[in-house]
Amino acid sequence: MSLDSKIPEGPIAEKWTNHKNNIKLVNPANKRLIDVIVIGTGLAGGSAAASLAEMGYNVKAFCFQDSPRRAHSIAAQGGINAAKNYQNDGDSTYRLFYDTVKGGDYRSREANVYRLAEVSANIIDQCVAQGVPFAREYGGLLDNRSFGGVQVSRTFYAKGQTGQQLLLGAYSAMERQIGKGKIQMYDRHEMLDLVVVDGKARGIIARNLINGEIERHSAHAVLICSGGYGNVFFLSTNAMGSNATAAWKIHQKGAHFANPCYTQIHPTCIPVSGDYQSKLTLMSESLRNDGRIWVPKKKEDVEAIRSGKLRPREIKEEDRDYYLERRYPSFGNLVPRDVASRAAKERCDAGYGVNQTGEAVFLDFASAIMRYGREAANVQGIHNPDEKTIKKLGDEVIANKYGNLFQMYEKITDDNPYETPMKIYPAVHYTMGGVWVDYNLMTSIPGCYALGEANFSDHGANRLGASALMQGLADGYFVIPYTIGDYLADDIRTGTIPTDTPEFDAAEKAVQERINHFMNNKGSKPVDHFHKRLGKIMWEKCGMARNEKGLKEAIAEIQELRKEFWADVKVPGTANSFNQELEKAGRVADFLELGELMCLDALTRAESCGGHFREESQTDEGEAMRNDKDFTYVAAWEYTGEPSAAKLHKEELKYENIELKQRSYK
Amino acid sequence: MNLTIKVWRQDGPSDKGKMVDYKLTDISPDQSFLEMMDVLNNQIIEEGGEPIAFDHDCREGICGMCSMYINGEAHGPGRGVTTCQLHMRSFNDGDTIYVEPWRAKAFPVIKDLVVDRTSFDRIIASGGYVSVNTGAAQDANALPVNKDDADAAFDAATCIGCGACVATCKNSSAMLFVSAKVSQLSLLPQGKVEAHDRVLNMVKQMDEEGFGNCTNTGACEVECPKGISLENIARMNREFMFASLTNK
Ligand SMILES: Cc1cc2nc3c(=O)[nH]c(=O)nc-3n(C[C@H](O)[C@H](O)[C@H](O)COP(=O)(O)OP(=O)(O)OC[C@H]3O[C@@H](n4cnc5c(N)ncnc54)[C@H](O)[C@@H]3O)c2cc1C
Ligand code: SF4
Ligand code: FES
Repeated sequence: MSLDSKIPEGPIAEKWTNHKNNIKLVNPANKRLIDVIVIGTGLAGGSAAASLAEMGYNVKAFCFQDSPRRAHSIAAQGGINAAKNYQNDGDSTYRLFYDTVKGGDYRSREANVYRLAEVSANIIDQCVAQGVPFAREYGGLLDNRSFGGVQVSRTFYAKGQTGQQLLLGAYSAMERQIGKGKIQMYDRHEMLDLVVVDGKARGIIARNLINGEIERHSAHAVLICSGGYGNVFFLSTNAMGSNATAAWKIHQKGAHFANPCYTQIHPTCIPVSGDYQSKLTLMSESLRNDGRIWVPKKKEDVEAIRSGKLRPREIKEEDRDYYLERRYPSFGNLVPRDVASRAAKERCDAGYGVNQTGEAVFLDFASAIMRYGREAANVQGIHNPDEKTIKKLGDEVIANKYGNLFQMYEKITDDNPYETPMKIYPAVHYTMGGVWVDYNLMTSIPGCYALGEANFSDHGANRLGASALMQGLADGYFVIPYTIGDYLADDIRTGTIPTDTPEFDAAEKAVQERINHFMNNKGSKPVDHFHKRLGKIMWEKCGMARNEKGLKEAIAEIQELRKEFWADVKVPGTANSFNQELEKAGRVADFLELGELMCLDALTRAESCGGHFREESQTDEGEAMRNDKDFTYVAAWEYTGEPSAAKLHKEELKYENIELKQRSYK
Repeated sequence: MNLTIKVWRQDGPSDKGKMVDYKLTDISPDQSFLEMMDVLNNQIIEEGGEPIAFDHDCREGICGMCSMYINGEAHGPGRGVTTCQLHMRSFNDGDTIYVEPWRAKAFPVIKDLVVDRTSFDRIIASGGYVSVNTGAAQDANALPVNKDDADAAFDAATCIGCGACVATCKNSSAMLFVSAKVSQLSLLPQGKVEAHDRVLNMVKQMDEEGFGNCTNTGACEVECPKGISLENIARMNREFMFASLTNK
């Protein structure tokens, strides 16, 4: 299988337009003869399903939740980027392109990122037309805020619920097509395998999660929009059900998996509180616009805070170490996520963590509250306001901006962030790696595409805030509707793909056998037991900092754990009924393979870049040090039977428009 | 904390179902309610039983998947929270906690605490959208929207489709849910164009799904985790009246 990225010829700013002008089209009458399966109804899948159905294709959409509206995209908080330049601050397609490539530490494909920046503005138009209630200014026009790693305000938002509002927009567009019969919706269904016929993706095997029935579904193309794989770590900010099964299954059937080691550890999450912890909660990056991150300068203050003798507000200003502002004066608290996370780890490893476990730093809103309070007092014509009035006015401004996040924080921790700083710590949040795709978003299996977080395409080794929503919707609304035609144009005479063929038989049999194994295994430990152990290995040895020794150990440990899992996992209930443990067992089985591949990829990439920090490769100041000579490539892994035996293919990355530099946010 | 948990167990839609008692020890007050359920389930599995089926996903109050009726209240004690946002510190050591599924004709039980809420999706499919195809939109700032309207539309749009309003209502009415979507779209210029048909179609679908009538008891607003206001129902009633009078 070759690794042709199919990047169009021509200058970067014209590639996408030229490509659109040159690719094949399917005429409207013929679209009716073509079936497309979409796995996932998040921003990527929802927008793709709706757009393809509007164009006339017959769409079958799948999600494992009880409704397409509940895909994990719903949880995105902070916002979505677009190069609209509504703030007149010098933003442009080029600047968004540049920021994204730089933010990704020069490990993404220039042409894809440029296209992303190019279509970003259309996304906002589309969403507003759907009735997405973005935040507005008093004049009635759209408001923006800024996010980490950039110096313009290009983030559109709907309080702290941007993902929800965007997803409900895509969902309503989908429901409109469901109402028209153009989309058949299969909720509470899980894809368990891909069916490949004559080298082309032609269908899937799915399990109906309500009654356990194994179903065959055929189509002329299959789109994998199944989200990211952060739950390999057990604890992450992802939803409980987020999983890698769909992506892993197509990998086993021939789709290369790219850069699996690129994981994003988000700096601002609520710290772990105990062993029972089932997931971690993100506090949106937008909070870093107004919150200042610090730890005490003195160890005795750290002790006093941990033991409850001192409250954070009692630490004098000069005794606080605003370490991001100290280390990165020009970006300060708004450095990119990978940089902010490592800096927090550095302080906590040095013994300055501010909670019992020593793994927390402060995110403090006191100065922002007072600053906004004074501004508001001026606006309202209150002269010489007292501290209390200022605080009250400031609280109101902050509540307006981040109310729901503050509330969420208080509900979880029982601390009031208006009165005392939040405690935060980095947590696994997003996976830049994913299924390898070409410029058309096609995987290395013809007719099988990957969109959204499931693919590897646009974020390089680190994703900037508010860019995942942008990418998911770009892929679904504005890329796939064009590029898929190029492939499907050859299928207009194929007719419905039959499901009573040997390929479907074989795929169904494999799925059935795996389920039977779980049900008949008389093991002793529940699925979670193994998932937690895998998570621990991954977090300790393939987390925020990685080294050769640890990665080699991790690979061996995961192989052992996998054996133990298959021999000793206990799945109660029956196969032909609603069985959540059985669902989890299948997902964890795949995580146990993917985890190993992540470690192998991390081991092979002996450089630091973005979210991938190899301790052996750092500057004197402890910053990530790339090795462009040896590693300016996409690592695309081909499945050969065992994760550790995966075969590496390298897609060289060529930078023709942006000069490779050591990233600096100082 | 040591607790007694009484949980509704029902094998499938046709099973009669019953409450079953479980004992739990050493629960931390910082644990979330669903983390307590995880511990209970792993205990059941280790003892050779079948774990309790319940819906959940995001565990941060936004996906709308979790849905437990706890001690006689949808999403349990506490205002403005979903089940997954409830923490054990809301209960006391030694408490007995009753956990049941949403109960409504339009939400049949699938298993234990899991119910079928696809009726909500069908209501949205009947009109809860703006008819605009991908690519057909004008510039986002071409049409300014009054900030108050935009904010009110946003507030209505925060509904997570959990169904607590239905579960709480003695008539199993879905008015709060439906009116939230009707309001969001009718408050915005983009949605106004289809406002009449939308409200008529959505109300019709709501009735066909078997949801009850609204008798203005207001319980839904109290239990709604997102604070969706009764004003939306009033707005929908006005829209519906007006649309019924003008649409022949
Ligand atoms: C807490 C949080 C906050 C975030 N905030 C932001 C933000 O402010 N801005 C930003 O840009 N990004 C943000 N992100 C990242 C962003 O939300 C995600 O990357 C993005 O939403 C992923 O969308 P998706 O469509 O690719 O996948 P998802 O939304 O994860 O959807 C996956 C879909 O696939 C389905 N599925 C998966 N496997 C199967 C299977 N085997 N069979 C059938 N169906 C399957 C699921 O049911 C679901 O419908 C945030 C992420 C988190 C976790
Ligand atoms: S109105 Fe409130 S209670 Fe009803 S579905 Fe929406 S969020 Fe849930
Ligand atoms: S699990 Fe998502 S709202 Fe409770």
